[in-house]
Amino acid sequence: GGAELLFDKVKEHEVKLSHDNNPWTIRKLLVWIKENLLKERPELFVQEDTVRPGILILVNDADWELVGELEYEIQNKDRIVFISTLHGG
Amino acid sequence: MPVACRMCGGPAVLKRPKTGDAVCKDCFFYAFENEVNYTITNGNLFKRGDRVAVGASGGKDSTVLAYILKLLNERHDYGIELILLSVDEGITGYRDDSLETVKRNQHQYDLPLKIVSYEDLYGWTMDAIVKQIGLKNNCTFCGVFRRQALDRGAMLLKANKIATGHNADDIAETVLMNVLRGDIARLRRCTAITTGAEGGLPRCKPLKYTYEKEIVMYAYFKKLDYFSTECIYSPNAYRGHARTYLKDLERIRPSSIIDLIHSGESLSIKKDVKMPVQGTCTRCGYISSNAICKACTLLEGLNKGLPKLAIGKSNKSRRLLDAASQSSDSTNEKTSPKEKKKDVTF
Repeated sequence: GGAELLFDKVKEHEVKLSHDNNPWTIRKLLVWIKENLLKERPELFVQEDTVRPGILILVNDADWELVGELEYEIQNKDRIVFISTLHGG
Repeated sequence: MPVACRMCGGPAVLKRPKTGDAVCKDCFFYAFENEVNYTITNGNLFKRGDRVAVGASGGKDSTVLAYILKLLNERHDYGIELILLSVDEGITGYRDDSLETVKRNQHQYDLPLKIVSYEDLYGWTMDAIVKQIGLKNNCTFCGVFRRQALDRGAMLLKANKIATGHNADDIAETVLMNVLRGDIARLRRCTAITTGAEGGLPRCKPLKYTYEKEIVMYAYFKKLDYFSTECIYSPNAYRGHARTYLKDLERIRPSSIIDLIHSGESLSIKKDVKMPVQGTCTRCGYISSNAICKACTLLEGLNKGLPKLAIGKSNKSRRLLDAASQSSDSTNEKTSPKEKKKDVTF
């Protein structure tokens, strides 16, 4: 939905997250994305410790609000989609 | 643990902001489509035989609008004719790409398409306008011109109605903007689901109560093809502030959006408040609250090299206009090399 523009126009990223004592929550993933994948203007993607309002997150094609939002613990082979709604219609 | 759909108990995929319910894909489609149908029938938006020009930009709202109008027209037998109408403002890198999307939509939905351009109608593309006036107030020009362009295009198509994809978020933002600017006249008009019946063509907003989030999710799950980039001139727009605020509000309490619209609809104005009277423009015949409509004034400003005309208070622009016409009367006006005069008649 336009969010790919902040990531060098690359839409799909296959990501390997290293094993950690702490589980990988979406909250942690966002920090990781900001540091490793985001190419420009972080304020258009993240706001404080969550995603910018107007960007939807789907976990395996389901609304992240249904799985605990930031606290959801990511499982192996999960597919996480970020859709921006912040553009003209 | 998967959440169960409120309606059928299946695995939920979406939490609806409007109701807070968790729903599965099919129940979501069902609810979404039925709600739009209800809005259309309850608001008497269409009647049998209507020829409707659907404002199509290739963006998420207009793509979903075109798709759903076609679907509901067939399913519920509205008996209306649908035509896609697209406006080319002449914004390189934005509009030309999104027009490609509309052309694809034309084939995907099997609907006829008409494109009208600012270049043809006014002799100015948005790129040229921005070069003249800079990066502020662009949206004022574009919005005013687009409204007329849609009317013009619809008349060429012999349509008797226009449908646009404005969604609940858009209307809530507009209510906020008008409150922030103290624009009581617009505030009263902006929540109406059908507008313009007493001047140009009536235009309606079937998606008025549909949340932007749901429109995006509908398009995503249905795999609808749409174009999604911000207009390159929009970052300085006032609406951006209202949108940011609205999005923050939505996060805290999702019903805020629909509540804002409800507040806008429920507003009543004291009798002794001065309201502008709707008349017609003396130059082009378009609907206007002043002697000369905004579009003509803006064009005049562009052509005379007075780009600030019609931006800001109207008395100021009238003075500027008078001063300009006085100076052109006293000396024979030389045509400036930039002048592209196009008469806008209706």
